[in-house]
Formats: sequence, C-alpha cells, structure tokens
Amino acid sequence: MRWLLLKDLRLMWRSPLLTALLVIYPIVIAVLIGFALSGGPSKPRVALLNEVPPGSPLNVGGEEFDLVGARAELCDRIECVPASNREEARELVESGDVLGALVLPSDLIEKLQSLAGLTPEQPIVEVLVNEEDPVKGQLVDERIDSLLSDANLRISQRISDVSIGYLGILLDGGSLNFLGQGFEILGLRSAEAILREVRGELPKGGDSRAEIDRVIRFSALAAENLDVADDLLGAVSQPIQVDKEVVNGGSPSLDTFAIAVAATITLMFVTVLLVAGSLALEREENAFRRLVRGLVSPTVLLIEKIALGVGAALAVTLLMLAGLELFVSLQWQRFALWIPAIVAGGAAFAAFGAALGGATREVRAASLLAFMVLLPVAFLSLVPSGTVSPALFDAIGVFTALFPFDPSLRALEGALEEAGPSLTVAISHLAALALAYGLLARLALRRFG
Amino acid sequence: MEARPTTVAAIEVAALDKSFGDRRALAGVGFAVATGELLAVIGPNGAGKTTLLSIVAGSLGQDGGTVTIAEGRVGFVPQQPAFYRKLTVEENLELFARLEDVPDVDAAVEEMLSQTALGERRGDLAGTLSGGNQQRVNIAIGLLARPAVMLLDEPSTGLDARQRARLWEFVLGLAADGTTVIFTTHDIAEAERYGDRLLVLADGEALFDGDAEELHDEAGIESGDAEGAFVRFLGERGH
Repeated sequence: MRWLLLKDLRLMWRSPLLTALLVIYPIVIAVLIGFALSGGPSKPRVALLNEVPPGSPLNVGGEEFDLVGARAELCDRIECVPASNREEARELVESGDVLGALVLPSDLIEKLQSLAGLTPEQPIVEVLVNEEDPVKGQLVDERIDSLLSDANLRISQRISDVSIGYLGILLDGGSLNFLGQGFEILGLRSAEAILREVRGELPKGGDSRAEIDRVIRFSALAAENLDVADDLLGAVSQPIQVDKEVVNGGSPSLDTFAIAVAATITLMFVTVLLVAGSLALEREENAFRRLVRGLVSPTVLLIEKIALGVGAALAVTLLMLAGLELFVSLQWQRFALWIPAIVAGGAAFAAFGAALGGATREVRAASLLAFMVLLPVAFLSLVPSGTVSPALFDAIGVFTALFPFDPSLRALEGALEEAGPSLTVAISHLAALALAYGLLARLALRRFG
Repeated sequence: MEARPTTVAAIEVAALDKSFGDRRALAGVGFAVATGELLAVIGPNGAGKTTLLSIVAGSLGQDGGTVTIAEGRVGFVPQQPAFYRKLTVEENLELFARLEDVPDVDAAVEEMLSQTALGERRGDLAGTLSGGNQQRVNIAIGLLARPAVMLLDEPSTGLDARQRARLWEFVLGLAADGTTVIFTTHDIAEAERYGDRLLVLADGEALFDGDAEELHDEAGIESGDAEGAFVRFLGERGH
C-alpha cells in the first residue's frame, strides 16, 4: 500500500496547479461563507408572551403611550409567534421553532410608570434564547438589542422631560407630591434671594436663627431632591432591563465557530476532491483493472485512498489552524483533541469522496460531482433553527445528518473550545458515516472495472 | 465447442459462461493453449473477446466454467495503456514490480527497459510517449512478473505499420522464449499472420478453433483473402 501512497503523492507533486487549487479554493470559499454568515434573515421568528393585563394604560409623565400600536410595530419587524404561557414559550425556543422568546411581565406597566415618579423601579423583560450555535446566538442578541433600544429611546425621552420638570422645581421652587404628602420646595433661586436679604439685614453678630434654619432645611431638601434626580438620570439611559436566559445548550464563541467553519470547509474540499479524483484517476488511467487483477484488492485500494485523504486533511487543516493563529488566539492546550476531530472528519469525508469517485468515470466528473454535492450541503448545514419553518428545519437536519459536514463542524467546535458540542457524539457520528460511505464506495468499485 | 487437444497445455479453459443482466457475453467457451503457442481470438464487436480475456486474467468473475493455468502467473495487457501518465516509464515499471512482489525490482525494471528498447526514455513521463511506445510500456508492465501466460487485448490498436511490426517482433520473441500468448484483434490478417491458432467468437460462442488454413477450408475460400473467409464463415453461421 505504501507504494500506492508514494505514487499518489508523486502524482500530486507533478500536478502543482491541482494541488494549489486544493489549498486555495477552500480558503476562498471559507472567506466567502464567513462574510455570508454575518448577515441574518430579515424577519426572525420570536415568541411573544404578554403577561400584562389587557387594557392597562401606560402613562409616563402625563403622556399616554399607544401600547396596541407599539405591539403592531414590534410584530412588523419580527414574526411574532404568540405564546399563551411560559412553558409554551420555553418549548418553542427549545425546539428551535423560534429564535427566542420575549416575555413581558405583568408588572411591566406599573414599573414603566414608576420611572416618571420619585420611586422609580426599572422594569425587566425576560428573554429566552436557544444559543445552539454562535451565529444564531449573535443574531438573537442583535435583534433583541435593536428592539429594546427603540423602546428604551422612546421611554427615555419622556423621562428626560419629567427630569427637566424636577430640576425646574429645584431651581425655581414649587410643590412636589411624594407618597401622597405635599411638599413646598423653595428653589435655589429663591433661597439665594432670601440669603441676600438676610445678609443685608443682619446686624453684625446679631441673632438671625430662624432665617438661617430655613436655609439649612432647604439645603437638606435640595440634597434629597438631587438624589432623586440621580435615580431618574440613571433610569434615562436604560429604562428597560433585559434578563436573558439561555434555555438550550451552551455555545462556543463566534471566533471559534468561524474557525471551525473555515477548517471544516477546508477539510471537506481537500479530502473529498483529492480522494474522489484519485480514485477516478485509477479508472481514467485504466490502471484499476490491472491493479485489482491480483496486485491489490479493491478494499485495500479503497483503504489506501482513504488513508491518503486523512493524511492530506490532517496536514492541510493543521496548517490552516497554525496560519489562523496569526490572527486569532487558539487554545493550543486542546491540541490533543484537534487530532481525533480532524482524523474522524477526514475519514468520513474521504469515504464520501471515495463513494463519489467510485460513481464516476473520470477525474473531472468526480470533481464536478463533488462540488455540486458539497456546496449545498455545507450551506444547508449552516442554517440556524428559527430562521426557516420548523418542518423545513427538521427536513434540513435529517438531510445534513447524512453528510459529514455537520458532524465535522461539531467535532471541530468541540475540539477547539470546551463550550462546543460533544466531541464524542460528533466523532461517533463521523465514524458511522465513514463506515457507511466506505461500504457504498466498495459497492461502487464492483462496477468500476 | 470442445477444447482442441494440445500437447502440453499451459492454460485450459472449459465451459466458460458469463452474463451481464439478460445479455449472455460468453456461452460455454472452451479451449486450451500449449506452452509457447500464440492463440489469436477474433470476432466481431461484442463477440465476448475482452470478457474472455478479463476472466482468464482474473479481473472478472465467471458465472460458470473453469480456467486452469498449468504453472506460473498470468500477465494481462489491457487494450488501452494502463499505467500512470504522470509517472516516468521507470517509475511505472518500478511501482508495478513492487506491487507484483518481484524479488529483484531493479533487475526486473532494467530487463524490461532493455527488452522494450525504452532505456533511453526511462526518465520520460509515460504520457508523453508515442502510442507505440506507450503500448510497449503497457506490455512491459504485464511482463514484469515473468508470466507463463500473456494476455494481450487488441495490442496493435492505434499503432502505425512500423509500430505494429516492432510490437509483433517483440511478442513473437516472447513466445519463442516459451511464453504462451493469447491475443485478441479485429485485424484478421494480423491474426492469421501472427497467431498459431485462431479462436473465432461470435455472440459469446466459440465457433471455430483451428489454424488459418482450416478456417479458409470451412469458409470455402482459398487462402489469401483472410477477411473474406472470416466474413463468409460468420455469415454461413448466421452472424
């Protein structure tokens, strides 16, 4: 077998253009896909649970907000999926039917209205998200941040008006109602006027205790009022707070995900194109019949091709990861886990490539078939749940599970970062695919001669 | 048709059957070839010539019948050059010698380069050689393991007259050294000229096994018109 391996390496060396394409093309595709991933669907599905009692008016600082209109506007920007209770909202998120769930608590209106009072309480909306992959997690975060920023902006404008009113009282004086009790505020300007008068009338060393006491009381009240203003100003910046809960799975960072995607795409193209082309070459060169006429068995030939693919996959993927280290920080202490992930992915892709190569008569046909199959599978494997209808997403899941891309991506994510998916499950999946495609390739070789 | 008796049979084929789906490619084909003999297998397209050679070579299984080789190995030279065009002549010979488990690879390669007169082209990529030289490399690979029986599937196809002459000179030399040669061809004159015996296949059946003179007698045509005798022979038998 080593002579066949040596021969294949020699053939690759003699085809520098092909070898260069095998390295450059996957990197170009990886970059393109990376850019494509930065965009998201225009109208994501989000479950909406509204626990606010129906008909509750929202009045902030004397101005009434149009809650019905606000809801309509919200559901114009996202696809609102109504949820009747928290369990239903959670299930929708866990199943991937929706990108996330927005829970408006029953005390939302009460707390919103308190923002314009002297005892403000920040309202909190709950957000349930399913961050099964980092792209989806980022998409959900961006959408919810965008929605809440709009709401916060509108409310904060109203609160700013109220704050200006309070500051006016502090300056010019007036009446203030706090906990049902009325207070008369002197105002800084009046206080200044009084002090000027007192100063002029006071005999040198005389007793002006009563007037001074007023000034002292005002000072105390002014300080307290300024405290209220501080609270108000704090609420202005972010009136509504978000309590985010991840209800399904942790996920690695977006950087790790991007690296895993790039590495998997590299692994996929290098391995599949090499193995499919190399096997088809045996037929194109008419060498297959000569080889299997007692020199090597078709099974040994198949194993040699898969070994060639795994070797190339390991070399190219490690080279790529080493190159990426120049731009991002990799967890090299997990290097020992990278190897089984790459080998398992390489073996599954190589077996897949052998099945393609066995089904074609020549190298060009094998390469074309590989591209035609691999690109759609790769794109479909990167579709996050909640961005398409649940039935379609399930169908995509079943379809992509039949190909090595999705488990290879999960294996690499799991190998690159602890927060990634289970490496064991992904490698088991890849082993099963390698076996299945290996058997298919062996069957294809029966009609190869 | 029964196998024609020979003195010392290097290879004996009996009642070979092979079908591809509903199509019967070989139907009870049998023959024997003596050591050092040249058997020419002729027949129209689709007669089963390549199928027969593939089964004898061991690269295709039969549905029924037996193939018995007296001793040694069988070398097979397919119709199209079967080697790696991006390897040099020497690298191809070396690779197949190793795969054949030839004890002394270097000596075997040198011997083949010498026999095929390709020593000066040993460093050339096989794909850059002329058709004739490629066929010589093709045959040299088949000879690396010093087979007792050599199978050549339409070896002269695509060669010019001079290349054909050099090829047959080489093959006749092999037979003279004791190698049994079975070759297929569409060129009836070539079969008569170089074959000690002719085996006529048509629609998977062996219709004739004898020398050229006997074929002419069967067809009722005097020797000299090989093509005419062959066509009449087939026509009289409904092919």
